[in-house]
Amino acid sequence: MTDTPTPFPAKAPGFSGPWWQAVWFAITVALTFLGLLAITFVIGRVVPIDPVLAVVGDRASQATYDAARAAMGLDDPMIVQFARYVWGVMQFDLGVSVSTNRPVAQDLARVFPATLEMATLGILIGVVVGVPMGVLAAARQGTWIDQVIRVIGLAGYAVPAFWLGLVGLVVFYAKLRWVGGPGRIDIFLDGMVAPVTGLLLIDSLLAGDMDSFRSAFGHIILPSTILGFYSLAYIARMTRSFMLEQLGQEFIVTARVKGAPARVVIWRHAFRPIRVQLITVIGLSYAGLLEGSVMIETVFSWPGIGNYLTGALLNADMNAVLGATLVVGAVFIVINKVSDAMYRVLDPRAR
Amino acid sequence: MATVAWLLDENPETRMQAQLGQGYRLARALARNPLAMVGLAIIVALLVVAAFAPWLAPYSAVDGDLANRLAPPSAVHWMGTDELGRDIMSRIIFGARITLYIVLLVAVIAAPLGLVIGAVSGYFGGFVDRVIMGVTDIFLSLPRLILALAFVAALGPGIENAVIAIAITSWPVYARIARAETLTIRGSDYIAAARMLGASHARVIGVHVLPLCMSSTIVRVTLDMAGIILTAAGLGFLGLGAQPPLPEWGAMISRGRTFILDQWWVATMPGFAIVVVSLGFCLFGDGLRDVLDPRQRVKG
Repeated sequence: MTDTPTPFPAKAPGFSGPWWQAVWFAITVALTFLGLLAITFVIGRVVPIDPVLAVVGDRASQATYDAARAAMGLDDPMIVQFARYVWGVMQFDLGVSVSTNRPVAQDLARVFPATLEMATLGILIGVVVGVPMGVLAAARQGTWIDQVIRVIGLAGYAVPAFWLGLVGLVVFYAKLRWVGGPGRIDIFLDGMVAPVTGLLLIDSLLAGDMDSFRSAFGHIILPSTILGFYSLAYIARMTRSFMLEQLGQEFIVTARVKGAPARVVIWRHAFRPIRVQLITVIGLSYAGLLEGSVMIETVFSWPGIGNYLTGALLNADMNAVLGATLVVGAVFIVINKVSDAMYRVLDPRAR
Repeated sequence: MATVAWLLDENPETRMQAQLGQGYRLARALARNPLAMVGLAIIVALLVVAAFAPWLAPYSAVDGDLANRLAPPSAVHWMGTDELGRDIMSRIIFGARITLYIVLLVAVIAAPLGLVIGAVSGYFGGFVDRVIMGVTDIFLSLPRLILALAFVAALGPGIENAVIAIAITSWPVYARIARAETLTIRGSDYIAAARMLGASHARVIGVHVLPLCMSSTIVRVTLDMAGIILTAAGLGFLGLGAQPPLPEWGAMISRGRTFILDQWWVATMPGFAIVVVSLGFCLFGDGLRDVLDPRQRVKG
């Protein structure tokens, strides 16, 4: 979460024209996915657990062992095994989790909405607070406001998310009792709302169940705010530097000389051109949040993909670990590439 | 004063004088930035604490006094004691060694690896460049923490494996930087001159290209230190990094999690150590960037 790549996409090399760009885009996305699959495949191979022994047990005869090994396709060349793995993933076959005894894909579909809900609320908080903060810091460059915002921005790089989560629980749940504790909803309301979207806030509103909504909101607000803090720190920092770049331009001086009010200069002249750049920043930081939620979910016992991943890690449940890695990686890649492409489409200068 | 004049001489007589002068100017520029100095002070403090841990720590980091478990912060135990009666401050002091060990090891593995890969890619260009940068881009567009988690899951928990996992996920950034630097200098006359004198590609890259990539890489490594510390602490928190009874800060927070509501100090204190040290590297890195790498400077 602390390291988000710079939001300036490299230009696609070689061919130009919108069609070539679309084709090139599809190729790079496909290659990146293949790379991700190769990495999870390799990780799955280097695990010091013998998958055959797990099936036949350690008392099986050599013949049984060899037969099982051949049946599992482990004698085939690596490239064939890799192709089979890719083929399986394309059909959403991620293997069976040894801890839940269910297909990993099913498990992931069940836990994903919880993560999506938390990360989305987090990014909303980050954008709504972070962008104005960055603009303000740039407009008041060098004043104490700028310094305070700078320190908040640095804190996003220096404070461990899991620790902030624990401190937040102590202060806002245990001491002040402002928010709900760990989990998505109070235990006596659990399962009261019919899952439609899987997002509790929306489902409870759809069902008109305000008690559930309030409880769910009380539970989600703290982890989302903490997640949002990290995107806020990054968004505010980037907004500030984009704004300073604009404010140094001559057309800003012209607008000022012509007597345009400060608010108009800041929001209409300086802010407008950076909106496209901000989209990329927000996209990157959204992807970062999905990753950051791993730690936050562990602290808040949030039943999302991060919690599923760490639980699987402790049980050495490799299918589940690799499946979760694959899904988070895929979402990460899609968001990355889409915000990259949007930048190119929306900003004529980047074409 | 004579030394300063000698250092700042506009017409240095030896290469050493020029280099020392350069270093002196950088140090002066850095010293003018108060935040960078705060960062430097924190880093120096970390080094001192790590080096002299056995003399600085008032108690043992591994032996506890079970009769005195979970004692709140007091004059005797400044940061309280943990669930085995061990002094938390002493553990944090010894933990500085582990943090420093992880950070340095990652930097020593990942930075040279990325530097060489990036310089080779940029120097040769063409097909080699396409392939290497393609791989780098794939690594860059994957989530680092998740990848590190998956690698540790495969390799098994422990400090060394955590270091390997973090290093594997952090070299691409340095490769990108080294490539960008190399691209700007590979067409220079002095490179052509070195080639003409018969220098091999390896010599040109090692002697004439890599040294010029150093300053931006050093800046980037310093800025990345905070991220490395947080990732290592996160792995420790999940039980995948340093194993008990090692006083790793992230693992200490994880132990303290059980008592967080009643004995808050057990989990909170090591967190402050992480925050302070990470902040130190951030501040110093920011200052270094301003001095060493004026092109990347964010205005203000």
